[in-house]
Amino acid sequence: MKPREFEYIRASSLDEVFATLDSHGDDAKILAGGQSLIAAMNMRFAAPEILIDINDIAELKGINVEGGTLRIGAMNRHVDVMGSADVATHAPLISLAMPNIAHATIRNRGTFGGSLANADPASELPACTIALDGVFNIQGSAGARQVAAIDFFEGAYATKLKDNEVLVSVDLPISSPESKPFFEEVSRRQGDYAMAGLAAQANVAGGIISNPKLVFFAVSEVAASAPSAAALLDGKNIVDVDVDAVCDTLANDITPFEDLTTSAEAKMHLMKVLTKRAISQWTGDKK
Amino acid sequence: MSDSVTITAIVNGESITAAVEPRLSLADFLRTNVGLTGTHVGCEHGVCGACTVRVGGKTARGCLTLAIQCDGVEVETIEGATESGRIKDLQENFIARNALQCGFCTPGMLLTADELLKENTSPTREEIREHLSGNYCRCTGYEAIVDAIELTAKQRNGEG
Repeated sequence: MKPREFEYIRASSLDEVFATLDSHGDDAKILAGGQSLIAAMNMRFAAPEILIDINDIAELKGINVEGGTLRIGAMNRHVDVMGSADVATHAPLISLAMPNIAHATIRNRGTFGGSLANADPASELPACTIALDGVFNIQGSAGARQVAAIDFFEGAYATKLKDNEVLVSVDLPISSPESKPFFEEVSRRQGDYAMAGLAAQANVAGGIISNPKLVFFAVSEVAASAPSAAALLDGKNIVDVDVDAVCDTLANDITPFEDLTTSAEAKMHLMKVLTKRAISQWTGDKK
Repeated sequence: MSDSVTITAIVNGESITAAVEPRLSLADFLRTNVGLTGTHVGCEHGVCGACTVRVGGKTARGCLTLAIQCDGVEVETIEGATESGRIKDLQENFIARNALQCGFCTPGMLLTADELLKENTSPTREEIREHLSGNYCRCTGYEAIVDAIELTAKQRNGEG
């Protein structure tokens, strides 16, 4: 339960990170909060030759509002995102999700960007960033590029990040005052891996639901949105919503996998339960 | 063998300089290099909470933090927290309520509870359980631990 030997570099700038990544490729790993990576190294699931610590790089921190966008730097720790008034105001779905991420002590060190780049199928933030139409800012020595959250995640622990690139920040469109975020996950114990979870968002104004998003996590390799189920809610008056039809349509969008504790059938059942709860919040239980 | 690097960490207020291998965890550094064995090493992958210490003022897993990351950083262990007297009442209530048996989880429990009580002076029992959810105890069944923390909060608020 001790990691293999490795070389450690505490980077002071992104250029230093890029140069090291360019010369070492996959042999080098970025150390953000380390709450998944060091655990994996201790168990020898991961054995990088070089660890590049990016904790000192100031430009990866900070939470800023500019125009219609909330930008969250990759190296904000979960505890800081959880306590951010800007996040609570402009991306309340993220604030709702935060207490579900691991345990308080892990949140003290784990980072926003680290969790997204790690892309654990049971993690909360990929689903939230997809539900919020987030955009990921990525940099490498070749320059900067943007990838939409919906395109960023490729599989379990697999993303569009290349070996020599760094996730720098995430842009989230500021949520409208009519937006009704919903977040809930079912786990055996507070802070444990979710058996199924839902990050959802809709605008509800004058009794009409618009732009609904249902994004599930811990049910498949990648956080999965349910566009055809959500389409049944779009433009509907809250008194006309057919909850059962929405739930029955989930199977058209997502085929849940089974994991060590939960069968595919149980996951689909939980997805329906969570969907009913989200809709009931949006309709104010008028159905 | 990876080259050792010399670091100076401020452990319980005292500067400790040592040559460490990059792969040395903070928990092992505290136990073997500094000789502070109150930090316990359990699962070594961040699940059990026995290695909880404070790094830069906030609780952290000693097994998921590298010693080399603590160059110039303030680290507080259960020994330091005890000497400060800050958690004396909490420790006494752990004893009074039988909130420990073997004691393996206790240093981590105390530092985690200490952090909770600093952030939330009147936590509900549910909030206490949530905050302790990352700390395993295999002896007590947790009820007595929650009792001790709840009692400490009440006493500090003049209600005990």
